[in-house]
Amino acid sequence: MNESAVFIPYFVVLPLAGAFVSALLGKRFHQLPTFIGSLTPVVLFGISLVTVYSVRHEATVVYHVGGWQPPIGIAMVIDGLTVFMLVTVNMVASAIALYAWAYMERYTAKGMFYTLMLLMLAGMNGVIVAGDLFNLFVFLEIATVASYALVAFGTERHELEAAFKYAVMGTLGSLFILLGIVLLYGLTSTLNMADMRLTLASLTDRNLLLMVTVLFLMGFGLKAALVPFHAWLPDAHPAAPAPISAMLSGVLIKTLGIYALSRVLHHVIGVTPMVSSVLLMLGTLSMVVGVLLAFGQRDLKRLLAYSSISQVGYVILGLGLGTPLGILGGVFHLLNHAVGKSLLFLNAGAVEYATGTRDLQEMGGLAQKMPVTGGTSVVAAMSIAGLPPLGGFWSKLLIIMAAVQADHLGYALWAVIVSVLTLALFVNAMKDAFFGVLPQRWHGIQEVPGVMQVSMLALALLCVVSGLLLLPGVREGFLSKAATSFFDGVHYAEVLGQMFGQMLGKTP
Amino acid sequence: MMLYLFCLVLFCVGVYGVVRKRHLIKIIVGIIIAEYAVNLFFILVAYRHNGRAPILSPEVAITQMVDPLPQALVLTSIVIGLATTALLLALAMRLYGKYGTYDITEIRELRG
Repeated sequence: MNESAVFIPYFVVLPLAGAFVSALLGKRFHQLPTFIGSLTPVVLFGISLVTVYSVRHEATVVYHVGGWQPPIGIAMVIDGLTVFMLVTVNMVASAIALYAWAYMERYTAKGMFYTLMLLMLAGMNGVIVAGDLFNLFVFLEIATVASYALVAFGTERHELEAAFKYAVMGTLGSLFILLGIVLLYGLTSTLNMADMRLTLASLTDRNLLLMVTVLFLMGFGLKAALVPFHAWLPDAHPAAPAPISAMLSGVLIKTLGIYALSRVLHHVIGVTPMVSSVLLMLGTLSMVVGVLLAFGQRDLKRLLAYSSISQVGYVILGLGLGTPLGILGGVFHLLNHAVGKSLLFLNAGAVEYATGTRDLQEMGGLAQKMPVTGGTSVVAAMSIAGLPPLGGFWSKLLIIMAAVQADHLGYALWAVIVSVLTLALFVNAMKDAFFGVLPQRWHGIQEVPGVMQVSMLALALLCVVSGLLLLPGVREGFLSKAATSFFDGVHYAEVLGQMFGQMLGKTP
Repeated sequence: MMLYLFCLVLFCVGVYGVVRKRHLIKIIVGIIIAEYAVNLFFILVAYRHNGRAPILSPEVAITQMVDPLPQALVLTSIVIGLATTALLLALAMRLYGKYGTYDITEIRELRG
């Protein structure tokens, strides 16, 4: 076992333990949950950066839980994509935890909030590092059940209704995923992903695999809110408290939806041309429908939620192209959208904090009173709309270039059109909210507390500098490594397969 | 083969309940039925004809046992189902408290 593997279990154990302790002792020591909840994501972000550095020379690092050897024991696996996702998730979570410190003062059960948030983080980190399909499912359920409860956190009419809708749709999605896992187990008699891949490679009858693929597309599509399955998202994301909206839109749909889908499709089942054309179509459909539905929304958070559907479409489009450039663009857009959209949700939360409304038509000129919120909001909106030199521009450029290179001119054209529409959407929204005449009733409002400003400024800085990740030298260590691990599916299987072979005394 | 088909029918009954019913509790019952269909299917996948319980003893060859792994996994899956059901029921009760009805067509303030 590689020595850098010792870091891997902390990503799951620390937030789980934090959630447990803050649930147990939160009633007696009121400041404890806040302290644990803010500190844990920051520590995890630090560990994830250390991991990036320590695995820079390896393609795959495996941790054996409890010393049991795979494929019988549970394995936690780190490769380029895993490290990339860990950094993204924990970075956004740290900023959000800082923000929640001040924001959540308005709610009565702050301790419960941190418990649920840490559970969600543990679930997401677990999905990312899980080396076998059943653990992936269990962690996915931990994260989603925590998120159902968080959406209902305000316990008002809208929150409860949205949470019920979300929980019903989400549970159906989980059932499809579980059914797919059961079928795969029946086919291969193993749950370890690498072992499964090796067994599937020698399989001759591919018909059942097609059904498994469809089940996974439906299940993870529900989690990622791709367009035929998106109905729950515009209700659920605005209903949650602002830090959680940011977490749901920023990282949850990407970890549980996109990451898990691509892990299963690219690394276990393998992508056939038919599957990749389905991905291209789903991605484009999400892109176009999401942005069209976003027009005319008066609720700022609802508008942002629809735009999330549209931007997730870009990521799926990039991954569906299947070329190295397309996947690099998709992965990079995932990072840019995670940072930009969570910042926008935090801004919407800040506006609600100061004024008590989310209705765009009641706002106007708020940037005069709230310069930090207004400024960071414009940066994030322009990054997502794809204005140079912000991060979102580069990732969209990569996706469009990849589509042109792969001779998918139609898809490239749709990507450009949606990009223009997104720009129009955000220019309008920013104008309505932050510029123009300040209504009389908002003359007394103040900028939000300092902690919230710091967190928003940090995310805005990331929006500006994330383009630097594409520079040669920086790119190889982080982004390219994540993108190439998609093609390393076979390699990943072989590395683990050799290890099993040595242990079981058989040749893979 | 018949067993697998019945399992599929059970799953479809559950999904039908979720999609077509208007009563909150009936929707939750639909989810539970679909969940149990999947769990049952998992156990069936592991079943071996005339197999015995997977208890290791020197007299019995391993090939005569059913596969024990899915049985352990289904336990986990049942526990997850319990948590989800409890949460859904709690939400349904709070919704009843706010609206005074379990009819989903009357609880419609949010629209796509």
